[in-house]
Amino acid sequence: MASVTQKGRFGKYGGRYVPETLIPALDELEQEYERYRQDRLFQEELAYYLQRYCGRPTPLYLAERLTDTLGGARIYLKREDLLHTGAHKINNTMGQVLLAHRMGKGRVIAETGAGQHGVATATAAAMFGLACDVYMGAEDMVRQELNVFRMRLLGARVIPVESGSRTLKDAINEALRDWVTNVRTTFYVIGSVVGPHPYPSMVRDFQSVIGREVRAQITAEIERLPDYLVACVGGGSNAMGLFYPFIDDPEVKMVGVEAGGLGVATGHHAATLVAGTPGVLHGAFSYLLQDGAGQISSTHSVSAGLDYPGVGPEHSYFKETGRAQYVAVSDQDALEGFRLLSQTEGIIPALEPAHAIAYLRTLVPTLSRDHVVVVGLSGRGDKDVQHVSRIVQSSIDASSRPADATPRIRQSKFAGTPADKAQGGPP
Amino acid sequence: MSRIGATFDRLHGEHRQALVPFVVAGDPDLATTGQAVRALARAGADMIELGVPFSDPVADGPINQRAYQRALAGGVTVRDVIELVGQARSAVPVVLLSYYNPIVQYGVGRFCADAARHGVDGVVIPDLPADEADELVTAARPVGLDTIFLLAPTSTDARIRVVAGRSSGFIYGVSVTGVTGVRDRLPEEIQELVERIRKVTRVPVCVGFGVSTPVQARRVAEIADGVIVGSALVALLEQPGDKVARLEQFVRELREAMDAVGARGAGPS
Repeated sequence: MASVTQKGRFGKYGGRYVPETLIPALDELEQEYERYRQDRLFQEELAYYLQRYCGRPTPLYLAERLTDTLGGARIYLKREDLLHTGAHKINNTMGQVLLAHRMGKGRVIAETGAGQHGVATATAAAMFGLACDVYMGAEDMVRQELNVFRMRLLGARVIPVESGSRTLKDAINEALRDWVTNVRTTFYVIGSVVGPHPYPSMVRDFQSVIGREVRAQITAEIERLPDYLVACVGGGSNAMGLFYPFIDDPEVKMVGVEAGGLGVATGHHAATLVAGTPGVLHGAFSYLLQDGAGQISSTHSVSAGLDYPGVGPEHSYFKETGRAQYVAVSDQDALEGFRLLSQTEGIIPALEPAHAIAYLRTLVPTLSRDHVVVVGLSGRGDKDVQHVSRIVQSSIDASSRPADATPRIRQSKFAGTPADKAQGGPP
Repeated sequence: MSRIGATFDRLHGEHRQALVPFVVAGDPDLATTGQAVRALARAGADMIELGVPFSDPVADGPINQRAYQRALAGGVTVRDVIELVGQARSAVPVVLLSYYNPIVQYGVGRFCADAARHGVDGVVIPDLPADEADELVTAARPVGLDTIFLLAPTSTDARIRVVAGRSSGFIYGVSVTGVTGVRDRLPEEIQELVERIRKVTRVPVCVGFGVSTPVQARRVAEIADGVIVGSALVALLEQPGDKVARLEQFVRELREAMDAVGARGAGPS
């Protein structure tokens, strides 16, 4: 399934809805990206940094206690949380900043919501020696104070955005305004599979390393492809990176998990594909959360990284064609997912993939042990620990362990359980 | 010929340039905008550009962003703005400036038909490049709505040909690489852009983004077929007191400064 048709469209979704000032820059970016996509040295250099600097390939890990706890399909985690800077975002920023470097742009700009993409851009910019300005909603700067400090430590300037809802949507608006103004010298590093063509395709390509690795790893392990791929969707870059290398394999089902916030029925959520309608925002025709007059709605999610009223146009296309399904998970369920993975596997996930983990509680019990589900664990939860502790206060402790998190001792892959040894006499 | 085309024909004959003031419809309320339309025409505007409020105006600076927010606080929609134009019965042509999504949600075909029927003469959509505008152009042509596209200092000659081919009424020349706003100085590259456009098309060129003072308006009038003044007027609406009277007075000053050019016969053709 070759997704992009003419003029950067995925079916009817996508396109380039931006001020005329940016069109020549998008034309240039499209040409340069196309050139470097086929340039062996560029690809080798990118692969070098992804391996030696970022820590690729990331492990594909069989989550045995999580699997046992949920009692159904075997669950594998794609450990993007182990990457440098702690999330999949660096796959994309290494690619884009390397491209900016090759194109001779001395300055990069980025938007950020939770701060992960801002940190990943600031990191790549520091490594390549480029100036970096990051736009961040003033509201998010308060919520994600530590990431603001990290970006500044990395030499980036963090510019507070006071307009609109003062969150990710407004940070993108302000980054676009900066780009319109400084387009001749500046490269805009977009953080997800959103924005005008060629960004959705380019970011997808940079993130597809996730799915390519999964394909090789799972085939080596089970000698077939997985039954399900599950990933959270805000803008949708980690889901797209996981899904894309499998889109021509109809036996692989795909589920994108959106932020259901306080519940889709309440209107306080960020479940764009589940509850939105098509429209134009930030350069693309795609699903949006909006009112009947076409004004963009304010969104809510416990996770700043999913708190966005748009979604990548290729996801809209997958929804329309049925190639992927999209579901919503509430804040409360996501917090349960956060706790569940922490207590069954000793992995504290970011709140974004905690939504994907939470959805496993619905999906996995309907499947048998013969089925395999691969979950994109897009980031680690260090950034969220303080935020979550404020929300749940003292409710997370051993006594409030969820009923499904059985304290069963893990079976050793190599030497049996301690109990086996006790029964089996002296070693 | 459209009312906009006829206006430029008359102005060319008089060796004068069009003055096109911009305000956001519904800022601070629709009644004030209705009064403003009449006052602007009285003060010497040749066309009036009305902004349709949008929550995420990426081509606009802080002054217009605040105006859109004020209008949205009053719940102003595309339908309200179209009906306002119908009621105002402006003596001079009216152009709506809207971001694309409110029009998409209204329905592009229905928008063009309703706008034309209520006396809207043209439409400018700052986030709709000409090569994405098949649906708009197809719907606008039969109802006589002019489609005004933008060109920027970064536009290549190939882009100028694409935009010129789909523009009617006038072409909106963006004076700067940047967003709307009040500026102390205008860049030299405006003249070069206008000259490059004129090599390709006879469609009139109006220049906007940053034109803020009578002196700047006069300078732009020496180069282009028209001058669009937005943020400087919108800023007057933020001040307390008689907003409409202030708008009218400022537009008179712009008009006087520009007509000092026309008398020297600096117009094109």
